[in-house]
Amino acid sequence: MAKIIVDENVCKGCALCVNTCPKKIIALSKSKINAKGYHPAELTDENACIGCAFCATMCPDTAITVYR
Amino acid sequence: MADKVLMKGNEALAEAAIQAGCHHFFGYPITPQTELAAYMAKRMPKIGGTYLQAESEIAAINMVLGASAAGVRAMTSSSSPGISLKGEGISYMAGSDLPALIINVQRGGPGLGGIQPSQADYWQATKALGHGDFQVLVFAPSTVQEMVDLVQGAFDMADKYRMPAMILADGMLGQMMEPVVLPEKSEKEPIAKPWASCGHKGERAHNIVNSLYLTPNALEDLVKERYERYETIKKNEQMAEEYLTEDADLILVAYGASSRVAKGAVNKAREKGLKVGLVRPITLWPFPTDALKRAANQAKALLTVEMSMGQMVDDVKLAVEHKVPVHFYGRTGGIIPTPKEILAEIERLMA
Amino acid sequence: MDVVFKKPHALTDAPLHYCPGCTHGIVHRLVAEVLDELGVEGKAVGVASVGCSVMSYNYFGCDMVQAPHGRAQAVATGLRRALPDGVIFTYQGDGDLAAIGTAETVHAATRGENITVIFINNAIYGMTGGQMAPTSLPGQTTQTTPYGRDVNSAGFPVRVCEMLSTLDGVALAQRVTVDSVKNVKTAKAAIKKAFQNQIEGKGYSIVEVLSTCPTNWGLSPVDALEWLRQNMIPYYPLGVYKDGDKRDLMKGDKE
Repeated sequence: MAKIIVDENVCKGCALCVNTCPKKIIALSKSKINAKGYHPAELTDENACIGCAFCATMCPDTAITVYR
Repeated sequence: MADKVLMKGNEALAEAAIQAGCHHFFGYPITPQTELAAYMAKRMPKIGGTYLQAESEIAAINMVLGASAAGVRAMTSSSSPGISLKGEGISYMAGSDLPALIINVQRGGPGLGGIQPSQADYWQATKALGHGDFQVLVFAPSTVQEMVDLVQGAFDMADKYRMPAMILADGMLGQMMEPVVLPEKSEKEPIAKPWASCGHKGERAHNIVNSLYLTPNALEDLVKERYERYETIKKNEQMAEEYLTEDADLILVAYGASSRVAKGAVNKAREKGLKVGLVRPITLWPFPTDALKRAANQAKALLTVEMSMGQMVDDVKLAVEHKVPVHFYGRTGGIIPTPKEILAEIERLMA
Repeated sequence: MDVVFKKPHALTDAPLHYCPGCTHGIVHRLVAEVLDELGVEGKAVGVASVGCSVMSYNYFGCDMVQAPHGRAQAVATGLRRALPDGVIFTYQGDGDLAAIGTAETVHAATRGENITVIFINNAIYGMTGGQMAPTSLPGQTTQTTPYGRDVNSAGFPVRVCEMLSTLDGVALAQRVTVDSVKNVKTAKAAIKKAFQNQIEGKGYSIVEVLSTCPTNWGLSPVDALEWLRQNMIPYYPLGVYKDGDKRDLMKGDKE
């Protein structure tokens, strides 16, 4: 059981987390746009997250908190 | 009272700084200030202080910036071409509200110029020590004793008003030996520096020593606040010696080394029955406008004497607001005018 | 569930101004994590340089000083001498450290100043809009090398770690990058060592981090990491160039 929480206001939609996720379960939101004008990253399959924190490790904006 | 000792100006100045609680000196060799750095190199290790010979004047002033940002008393010394290099760091220090003491033992310029005494850095010191709207406190001693006496006050004022201070000496004052009474070690409690970046120990928010303000209004407000401080300084901190001015028809204006010669010329003129006096600015910034205004109310004319092509004379004119004619006599290139030359000028003007 | 990854204490809540995907943010976080893990945030004073990272003074939770362009290590030297128990670090880009501040860098290193230098090498001037840096690669197109860096006129790039590794005052000179999770971990270990060296008095430690500038390279953040791997790492090989202790050379010298 693991999950990530992306701070949508801090995320700049750079997609480094998307690129690094070994489970390929992070994507930039197609529907949301934040105050800075970016599409924030979001988890696409909550059940598949393994809490490896790769996404958070590569996040330049420390926008991701990881729970496991 | 302490004993009188015979000391070189540069060395006396260094010892006075140590007694004023300055234990961090960063320098770079240049004639004619080298004895100051050499003295620091000898003394600092004995008192657990820092003497560091930097790789350049630029590095030296930035080391001073760092030490000052940490909250300690720090200083550097140089001579004219080296002060030009320090201009960057001085501007940043002014923009970061950092105190420090900078010594300029002036030599002839521009460029590499010469190594003989000069006063050609007046404009630089009082008007353009770096880019941006700012001033530094500028003190102009005329004797070795006065050099020593001004050091403690320069540090105190720099701390109080949070700005750099400069002692504008020259090769003559730096190199000459005079009897001097060194000050006792300062007993004053150093002023608190809650703004210093010295490690917050988890006890307060982080301090930032900084000169960058990207919002024009914020920068303007900050500069204006600084200029309010400058106004207070102009009101309260002017220093000048007024010598035989009460009845004078002609009043000389001179500072530093040239004021010593000017005083000699005044005495010679008095022997000849000529009513001549002298105003000797001790602070060049703030400029002693009040003393100059008194002089203009008394005398029929003023004569500014400088070891330059005429720099302080501009400020004299501004101070007296064209009330009386302001004449100029100067030598440059490292030449000290003789009392005879100045007396001849006095006689010419009074004829 | 427990929190297994969160923002370190030594990183403030101020949102970073860096462009999307800029690796400055990763390195900021690593420095902050190290300050946390060593428990030295309260003793630390950081020196921000001029360039994109100038506003790092808002991001690091420790006390900060902003230095003139290129002078960060001179400022750090002043801090070092004034605060014997402080933990002093600089955070500088390639223009600041390897062009305008080369003299300050070389001399702080050779003096063996007990400081930690974090050096971001992204082969370009970011803040001013993408001009040639001292570390721009031969042939690299920038605003001021529009036909590619011509080494006949612009000369060759500077390899900072290699150059500094010849100096006796240097304890650590290591080049790392942050293009992958594995390399981020190596980078963090290097940064931690660079701080530990300082605390132990081993001398000057520099960690060069090969970084990206997606905006001025004209690439997406993901493509920029690939460009870094393909072009920068071959020219600037990762690795430890110096790992020593200046005190070994001082033995026998008087105090």
